[in-house]
Amino acid sequence: MSLISKDSPGKELLLMGNEAIARGALEAGISVAAAYPGNPSSEIIGSLAEVAQEMGIYVEWSINEKVALEVAAAAAASGLNALVAMKQNGLNVASDFLFNLNLTGIRGGLVLVVCDDPSGISSTNEQDSRIAAIPADLPLLEPSTFHEAKDMVKYAFELSRSIQNVCLVRSVTRISHARGNVTLGPLPDRRPVPYFDTAKSLSALPASVTHPTAHRKFRQARELLKDSPFNRYEGPEKPELMVVTCGSGVLFSREAVQELGLDARVGLLKVGTTWPLPETFVVHHLANAKKVLFVEEVDPFLETNVLEIYARHNGNLPAIEFFGKKSGFAPDVGELSPGLVLGLLSQLTKTPLPTRDDRYSADAQDALHRFAPVRSLAFCAGCPHRASYWALKKALALDGRNGVVFGDIGCYALGVFATGFHQAKTLHAMGSGAGMAAGFGLLGKLGATQPAIALCGDSTFYHAAIPALINGLHHRSDFLLIILDNSATAMTGFQPHPGSRVDAMGLEARPVVLEDLCAALGAPPVIRDPFDLEDTTAAIYDLLQKQGTNVLILRQECALVRAKRNQARRKVEIDQTRCIGEECGCNRLCTRVLKCPGLNWDAGAGKARIDEAICTGCGICAQICPSRAIDVQEA
Amino acid sequence: MTKDPFNVVVTGVGGQGNVIASLLIGAMLVDQGYKVTIGETYGASQRGGSVMSHVRISRTQQFGPLMPPGVADLVIALEPSEAARVLGTLGNPTTVSVVNTRPVHPVDVICGDLPYPDLAELFAKIDSLSRESYFISATDSALELGNPILANIVLLGAVAGANLLPISREGLEKAVSEYMSPDKVAINTEAFVRGIDLVRGRARD
Repeated sequence: MSLISKDSPGKELLLMGNEAIARGALEAGISVAAAYPGNPSSEIIGSLAEVAQEMGIYVEWSINEKVALEVAAAAAASGLNALVAMKQNGLNVASDFLFNLNLTGIRGGLVLVVCDDPSGISSTNEQDSRIAAIPADLPLLEPSTFHEAKDMVKYAFELSRSIQNVCLVRSVTRISHARGNVTLGPLPDRRPVPYFDTAKSLSALPASVTHPTAHRKFRQARELLKDSPFNRYEGPEKPELMVVTCGSGVLFSREAVQELGLDARVGLLKVGTTWPLPETFVVHHLANAKKVLFVEEVDPFLETNVLEIYARHNGNLPAIEFFGKKSGFAPDVGELSPGLVLGLLSQLTKTPLPTRDDRYSADAQDALHRFAPVRSLAFCAGCPHRASYWALKKALALDGRNGVVFGDIGCYALGVFATGFHQAKTLHAMGSGAGMAAGFGLLGKLGATQPAIALCGDSTFYHAAIPALINGLHHRSDFLLIILDNSATAMTGFQPHPGSRVDAMGLEARPVVLEDLCAALGAPPVIRDPFDLEDTTAAIYDLLQKQGTNVLILRQECALVRAKRNQARRKVEIDQTRCIGEECGCNRLCTRVLKCPGLNWDAGAGKARIDEAICTGCGICAQICPSRAIDVQEA
Repeated sequence: MTKDPFNVVVTGVGGQGNVIASLLIGAMLVDQGYKVTIGETYGASQRGGSVMSHVRISRTQQFGPLMPPGVADLVIALEPSEAARVLGTLGNPTTVSVVNTRPVHPVDVICGDLPYPDLAELFAKIDSLSRESYFISATDSALELGNPILANIVLLGAVAGANLLPISREGLEKAVSEYMSPDKVAINTEAFVRGIDLVRGRARD
């Protein structure tokens, strides 16, 4: 039995925020859950998938976020409770549907959890998704602890059913990917049978009818949320400073107040129903405030909307000094940290920060400078992407026309850095590499001479690159699409995709085979194993000489997937008598250039050696060693 | 644990089992009625980057997932230079360190851009930044058990053996069974007991 399906009400467990969200959905009696994986949201659907069969629910990894929302909406249109989860970028993909679904509403319960990634720790951007709630006329809740994440998701279903519209929940990395105590509630034992009432339609047309309906539902949500227990005030009645905060800011702020001994001077206004804001509650507390500090991630959402409320009520409110991102006081990019919040509070209350003694601090600085070497981002040992980029770099050099590599979203995005030999020259959104390459491939008609190459992973291909490929084929664009097929959605935790033989729940699925799909579109692909560097290089070079839209599949399993199977690996050894080290004209090709973590430079001997705890046996170093000093023994 | 919150950092390099180690500590303590919050800091890479879990243990309240500078009470390092990195920002004169002795070289070292610090000097630096420090050959033990990933559990055993956290073999068995899977109990228990023996100096008896 998995953790999140334990039928033990009252039991306290240590759950990841995402698991707590999943548990809340189970306690709310969901029947369907869908998502496309994206950190920091992936474990929500991942943990539900693990318990799907046991709980009698349907869970899928959808082809992309828009389809995930559509799958969930179909269930919610049929009277069920359905959960859909995505990262902030995913909401952009799903938005076209969301901004029509909000007009028709649903008939069961539909909760859309968006996990934002302040500082872009595992994302290309740090977009604040909360802003979408305003134009979508949908309520948005923000949990600040793990237990609250569970309770809030459960309540979000209640709210969604009450207003018959979608309810948004916004989490962030420091909630979703952190762990804390969660007390389990009861699990329902019955779920409704899905039935779509055809007597009434769910049509966004005409907007003249549906937009007012959405507004009526929003006003209903406002009424239901005005006294919500998710909004609380703690602290003195007339605080010298009031911190208005939500999400991860709540725990950081509370700790900072305690740490600085400010309990009697500073109050904490914790907001859980971020949109619509509880206006009466906010006005009531602003009446006691002199100074207000906003602590939130990423955009000034609370700040903007509290200031708007203040403007409308200012006849009845005292003069207040507001501090936040808009006022220029707090940083307007990046995630919150305890140190940052401590600093803001210390400055506003003129309270000194705790410090380490000088001798220790100096010693600590020395440790950072001399004993903690930087660890740059790198592909894993045995990662097929390292081999693919190696072959690509070589083929582009042979081709000599300064080809442009359009990158995409996935582990291979690291191709813009050193271990991908800086080959990828653009990096934006899912599928955008293919779209841009297809576009660049048309510029030959206008005199461009550089070849265009798009890279994308297998999962990314299904998600968003297919329309770009079709677009390129249709318009006779000259570009090469290289699909780095490592058999899984590796970056987010090896979720299956439409090419997989099993689905999220572990049941047999019908694979939509990459090569069949490409062939059917009129681009029968060439398939190579990137671990065969020479063969792969030649294939890329040959395809670059061909006109039209061509597809190359570089197929080799993710090293981490291989490691999970725990099967015997090939043994790689360096014969130090043959490695001529610094003397070799190769200038340390294996370590200096290839940069595989499975290789070490033995500075004493001046030669390379294998780190047997890290090497996965891919053997590409053996292929590039000019002295043939690296031996690979089959397992 | 004399302080509340008691702040533990589990640090290492991606792929070393840092997350599992902190999860198991947390699971064992939640089972004893503590409020535990675990936050993780990591780069975008699956492997090769520095990763760090902040484990915050309290009798009374749920603390935030990241700790403020300079408040670590216990540092458990799966990689020695990562111990230096953590002590540099989170350490203080009362911090206790439990450190795996085996380095994992960053690509920056592998490619020759940076040197890896001299090990004896590195250990001395860690010791000078700690009230007490324990150096454990956890990866070597784990390789003897057949899988380098078990170094994380060997270190947890060392933490238990030195009485640095209220965790025990029985607690570990329950946590592995409940939070990982029952079929992983035997091998993890073996690694844990190795760690206890190593720290008590009985490993090679």
